Amino acid sequence: MQKLHSKQQQWMPMLFLAPAVIMFAVYVILPIVQSIMLSFYEWDGLGEKTFIGLGNYIELFSDEQFWTSLKNNVYWMVFYMLAPPLGLAIALFLNQKVMGIRFVKSMFFFPFVISQVVIGLVFSWFYDPTYGLFNIVWTGMGFEPVAILSDENWVTFGIIAAGLWPQIAYCMILYLTGLNNLSPDQIEAARLDGAHGWKMLWHVILPQLRPATFIAIVVTVIGALRSFDLVATMTGGGPFGSSNVLAYFMYEQSIFNYRAGYGAAIATVLFLIMDIYIAYFLWRMLKSEKA
Amino acid sequence: MFPTPIEKLSPSVNISYRVAIWIALLLWLLPMAAVLLTSARSVADINAGNYWGIPSEWMIIENYVQVFQATPMAKYLMNSILITLPAVAGAVAFSTLAGYSLAKFKFKGSIALFATFIAGNFVPFQILMIPVRDLTIDMGLYDSATGLILFHVAFQTGFCTLFMRNFIVALPDELIEAARVEGVSEWKIFWYVVLPLVRPALAALSVLIFTFIWNDYFWALVLVQSDEVRPITAGISALKGQWLASWQLISAGSIVAALPPVVLFFAMQKHFIAGLTLGATKG
Repeated sequence: MQKLHSKQQQWMPMLFLAPAVIMFAVYVILPIVQSIMLSFYEWDGLGEKTFIGLGNYIELFSDEQFWTSLKNNVYWMVFYMLAPPLGLAIALFLNQKVMGIRFVKSMFFFPFVISQVVIGLVFSWFYDPTYGLFNIVWTGMGFEPVAILSDENWVTFGIIAAGLWPQIAYCMILYLTGLNNLSPDQIEAARLDGAHGWKMLWHVILPQLRPATFIAIVVTVIGALRSFDLVATMTGGGPFGSSNVLAYFMYEQSIFNYRAGYGAAIATVLFLIMDIYIAYFLWRMLKSEKA
Repeated sequence: MFPTPIEKLSPSVNISYRVAIWIALLLWLLPMAAVLLTSARSVADINAGNYWGIPSEWMIIENYVQVFQATPMAKYLMNSILITLPAVAGAVAFSTLAGYSLAKFKFKGSIALFATFIAGNFVPFQILMIPVRDLTIDMGLYDSATGLILFHVAFQTGFCTLFMRNFIVALPDELIEAARVEGVSEWKIFWYVVLPLVRPALAALSVLIFTFIWNDYFWALVLVQSDEVRPITAGISALKGQWLASWQLISAGSIVAALPPVVLFFAMQKHFIAGLTLGATKG
């Protein structure tokens, strides 16, 4: 019996792992390799593939659309970084025990649960040049009306603002949980030492919130690089490609322009950028695993 | 507690705070409130530009009935349910098995495997798009619910395995060891010892990825093309083109699309947040 057991202990974990590993390998790991290989070919998605070496990448680096998309992705990352501090601000504001606060907290979180397609629709309408609330307020302040989503200079920021709405909600909930788990002893000790307000926040609270901050930053960066749904629903990358991002640019080239090889090259670049963050996350995660 | 509990401050601060949170909430949800109101507006109101005021006549029932009658919305809704539920079940089942294996057995490469699941969970969808689309076409599953379900199961397994593994690792080893000494088979240990202990995690995980899969738009675009299979996210975006300025219908449709995850969130709030914030307090 004992013998059978130790044998079972050797192959059972493999059996437990098998379905997950097979699915993940077929649908995630293998496609990554295939996409990278495909990026060295010219392919319309149906016919013969032609090997062209670095041809797609050479073309990509002289493609203005690529640089616009990359620049917009940088804007997304920079402005998305407002989500963790704003989420923290709201969390601090709501971290009280008054009547109805539970309800208020969950309603604040609400935008995160809604599909980005719906958020895109809501905000397109918010920005409507004639009747949208944005322009009612904007002209009310004495400015000329702006058609945010058809203005090349504004459009990306308009979409980012829409994306920030659920992202702030997400960061807020991470921080609310973090605030719930603060060590009361440390806060009391700091209070006795005369710390309060900003000083307290900076030196006592924030260090304790570091795990929450770490997760908030990781999900925010990933969210910024993954931005697709909002661009697709609000502008389709327009006007004239000015609100394009790498994720949508790739989709556009592969599906609408039948350039699968070129699309794969765009995807590979996006993947390489993302890898920096993935590597950092893994490093942190495994480090805390060993500790 | 930080910041200082408001009850310890003056009554005037207390009253202003209690008012301020509701005003802040109203401003925060203004875009959503407007959509809700607009889904009850009449065409005349929309044409007159009454986008933000109170509707001059309430057309709630008419608008929602029209959304379901004039468009395949009911079909989209059904499709979303038929895609999301099996996908959630599949991903949770596979990842519970895998998470248990990674958490409680020692074997070579288990850390590397775990790291692969985590990393895979963060990759951009675009790097998977062309091969997954081709694979789905080759299997004859393009434009079918099964094709979409298989992908969702596979992809969500990454996040779910991370989640389940971290939950199971914290369970005491003694129970499993005790069962082994008794000579209980490994499968029975999983089924009768481990599974009952992970129930709360299963609930949290299911609610969370239900929302992720329900709200998926990208894969619905890439793997599906007909109204027969199209889930509601892609459906509503397709309808947007046909409705143009019929904002009352677009709004009503948006509300319908948003409702299931919202209801689930409010019903299972505790589980949902526990799932989402796993790792935000430690690690």
